[in-house]
Amino acid sequence: MNKSDTSTLAPQPGLPTPAASWHDRKGLVQIGLLAVLLLAPLAAYFLGHIYYVNLASRITLIAMAAVGLNLAIGYGGMVSFGHAAYFGLGGYIAGISAYHAFDFTPVIGWPLTVPGSDSMLAIWLAAIVLCGLLALAIGAISLRTTGVYFIMITLAFAQMMYYFANSWPTYGGEDGLPIFLRNSLPLVDTNDALTFFLICFGGLVLSLALTARIMKSRFGAALTMARLNDTRLATAGIAPYPVRLVAFVISAMITGLAGALYADLNGFVSPTMLSWHMSGELMVIVILGGVGRLYGPLAGALLFVMMEMLLGGLTEYWQLFLGLVLLFVVLFAKHGVMGWLAGRERHD
Amino acid sequence: MMLFIEQLINGLQLGTMLFLMASGLTLVFGVMGLINLAHGSFYMVGAYATALATATTGSFLVGLASGIAVAAAVGALVELIVIRRLYHRPHLDQVLATFALILIFSEGTRWLFGSSPLWLNPPSQLAGSVTLPGGLRYPIYRLVIIAVGITVAVGMYLLITRTRLGMRIRAGESDREMIGALGVNIARLYTLVFALGAALAGLAGAMVGALQSVQVGMGEPVLILAFVVIVIGGIGSIKGALYGAILVGVVDTLGRVFLPAFFRQFMSPSEAAGVGSAIAAMLIYIMMAAILAFKPKGLFAANE
Amino acid sequence: MKTLASVGLGLLMTATMAAAQADEVKIGMITTLSGGGSHLGVDVRDGFMLAIERSGRDNVRVLVQDDANRPDLARSLSNEFMQRDNVDILTGIIFSNLAMAVVPAAVRQGTFYISPNAGPSDLAGRMCHENYFNAAYQNDNLHGAMGAYMREQGFERPIILAPNYPAGTDALAGFKHLYEGEVVGEIYTQMGQTDYAAEIAQIRASDADSLFFFLPGGMGISFMKQWENSGVELPVFGAAFSFDETIIKAVGSAAIGAMNTSLWAYDLDNEANHAFVEGFREAYNRMPTLYAAQGYDTANLILSALEKAHPSEQDAFREALREADFDSVRGEFRFGPNHHPIQNIYVREVVEGDDGQPTNRLIGIAVENIQDIYHEQCQM
Repeated sequence: MNKSDTSTLAPQPGLPTPAASWHDRKGLVQIGLLAVLLLAPLAAYFLGHIYYVNLASRITLIAMAAVGLNLAIGYGGMVSFGHAAYFGLGGYIAGISAYHAFDFTPVIGWPLTVPGSDSMLAIWLAAIVLCGLLALAIGAISLRTTGVYFIMITLAFAQMMYYFANSWPTYGGEDGLPIFLRNSLPLVDTNDALTFFLICFGGLVLSLALTARIMKSRFGAALTMARLNDTRLATAGIAPYPVRLVAFVISAMITGLAGALYADLNGFVSPTMLSWHMSGELMVIVILGGVGRLYGPLAGALLFVMMEMLLGGLTEYWQLFLGLVLLFVVLFAKHGVMGWLAGRERHD
Repeated sequence: MMLFIEQLINGLQLGTMLFLMASGLTLVFGVMGLINLAHGSFYMVGAYATALATATTGSFLVGLASGIAVAAAVGALVELIVIRRLYHRPHLDQVLATFALILIFSEGTRWLFGSSPLWLNPPSQLAGSVTLPGGLRYPIYRLVIIAVGITVAVGMYLLITRTRLGMRIRAGESDREMIGALGVNIARLYTLVFALGAALAGLAGAMVGALQSVQVGMGEPVLILAFVVIVIGGIGSIKGALYGAILVGVVDTLGRVFLPAFFRQFMSPSEAAGVGSAIAAMLIYIMMAAILAFKPKGLFAANE
Repeated sequence: MKTLASVGLGLLMTATMAAAQADEVKIGMITTLSGGGSHLGVDVRDGFMLAIERSGRDNVRVLVQDDANRPDLARSLSNEFMQRDNVDILTGIIFSNLAMAVVPAAVRQGTFYISPNAGPSDLAGRMCHENYFNAAYQNDNLHGAMGAYMREQGFERPIILAPNYPAGTDALAGFKHLYEGEVVGEIYTQMGQTDYAAEIAQIRASDADSLFFFLPGGMGISFMKQWENSGVELPVFGAAFSFDETIIKAVGSAAIGAMNTSLWAYDLDNEANHAFVEGFREAYNRMPTLYAAQGYDTANLILSALEKAHPSEQDAFREALREADFDSVRGEFRFGPNHHPIQNIYVREVVEGDDGQPTNRLIGIAVENIQDIYHEQCQM
């Protein structure tokens, strides 16, 4: 194996945990993070500050997209620089479906008629399936490469999607596609900020649970081994390629679902959701939180959006400070917020 | 036919500029194993420095020289402060740290020089156009860009095959530990190589800045194209960067012109423009995916 | 975790404290201050603030936020303004795609939106709204006016070029609508494209007698500089978006001779304009652009309505806005039934100024009292 591959990532999750003392601290921090994310918007809602409820939804969805990416980067060691492709595709599925439902035109007229729909359930299903298929195609080609090539080819596929959305005029091109009425669910009012937040929160909790479940399973063990040493995995009689591919597809599905919800939150989808800046930001969130930490993306998303709000209020040039913070984290605090809050995941 | 030849030259010109960007990028990767997203920032720094120096001195040549010098100096400084901490880190860290550098450079430049584009024109001697054999009129400045690109390519070839520095670079590419053992000051070699890459990017930024506009964020689209180039060519290979750059330049240029024209034969003009340019925009990425599907290490895989 | 909780609490506190005095008017400005096209946002903001300062009113608070030319960010900023800061009026958006992301939702929630720049066709037509006013133009106005002007000047074979995005295709459609004749070619470029060698070659290969293009911001700069050195010698026409004072300074001599349509010129002869141009130069030490003029007019429109009613009295305030009872720097100004201006569009020529730098000079009127074609689709 070449040198650049073995070094993958510093913290290495999924291994048996040695001591119990920091395990409790980790558990407390995790529960604490979820509690803050749940209780703050509840309080805000009853105090009448809808804005903070929506802000919490935004944090939740960005965190959920990053949970997906974390599965690829943190657990699978696949540094995808193109997860915006799935985030954006999910968003566009929500947007396009709503657009056709609003216009009473079919999404596809031939050879079989697919009508538009403003039902979130249908949209979520479509987002999960289509993002999975896209990731299957992209992953099948990209995973033949490793290291920098993998980073670059995932970036290139995302750019392809970006330019396509940008220049395809039917769905607004560069202008993006507004969703005038939020898509609906049976029984509940999705336009209510708190209801919508709870839906997003449910999505986040489910994706966290799914990730935890996967990593505890035999498949998760195989994925960890594929990251650490795929020769050893191969000697155990398991081919690393399909293991990685499946993890990559699941990762894209989670990110895609987050994207579909994100479009509904904003009432808007545009090529920005597919841009390489978006991919970069998702990676930044994973890093800020702590790579390969289950709750890292949540911590990262909280920190990221808080910085955007607080610094953005102080200076036009807030991204300069974001850059400095990020540089500092990468150079000197590579275990991220979770490493700092909950202790290191393991010896290194 | 004339149109086709003109577009071919246009593609060649884009290709030579991409080569200036890509050669630095690929050199840094080949020698140090570092993936540097902030390479586009040196392109921007070179253009800004050239624009400012040209405005002060009134001479484009002086401006260009200072642009290259400033880009090289900034490159060396960045290497000393940040980059050298990244050599032994995983690619993910390199991507993020250099992503952070992009934010710092872009917003810092905006802070210092404002959001308005700067004013930079090619020197008056190079303004206007000439008639090429065959009767084609072509802008002089673009021909100069092609000439500069070819000169740099030849220069790089000589540098790498004929000089002591080149020997060390080649040694560094094939075995990083070995050259340390040979008593070469690796730290200084790395700084030098990084500054060289930054200088080439600065040169590209200055040349193109005079053609287009000098503004914050100008390096990003070029950076992505340069990445496509080095991935197609094989990361770490200068030869691959050259072929990749010309391939990308020509395919991108021809696709943009001839795909919409092709679709116009069976669609309305605005529809054809939509479909044609949508596919044209994706063309080089499709090409890259196709090449990587068959040659996962690019056309001229260097040291692997 | 303690830190996060206290940050959260702190945010809630500031929000509560922001509850305002009764007669205060809060204006939320979302505009592009960073990223591509930021000089437009800076100028709108500066023009707007100049008018607010000159009014001497101390009960008008303007909150400014940067949308970085990102629709999703603009959308979330608008929610922030409406839900956290309880602003009465929103304004400031530069680009049509951002306006489409923000405006329809905002006006439906009962907030007024006064546009200082973007005027997408949907907002003038089928999605018009009683709380939406455009104090600048409908996107097609300037392009259509240039079409009319070029036909009048006897050009018979124009070739036209715009980026391939909705405002670009709208621009060319608007041009063709008032040009009425045949064009020899339509070229669509990519958004954010910087090298136009391929397109210039296509223009050279056509037998056009004139060029009309719409390339806002940095795209126009790149295009004009490459155009000058290409040796193609066709007269160049465009809308003011590609020829504002900032852009032509950057383009340099290449811009000289280009004709462009604008709803404002700094040498328009009226009292409000003299006061504006002098005041702006004094305050910011640079020449105003049309964006600054639009920002200034937008603020004055709002101020004129505030004289009559507070935005919380929605009907009265809306009526006051409709009257457009202020001295516009463009001279005459009134609203059509869809709350978009009916106004003169002028022709300017880029000439060499006294300082040797290119500048715009007023030539005359391209179309008098132009009105967009979408007002017929608007049911308010």
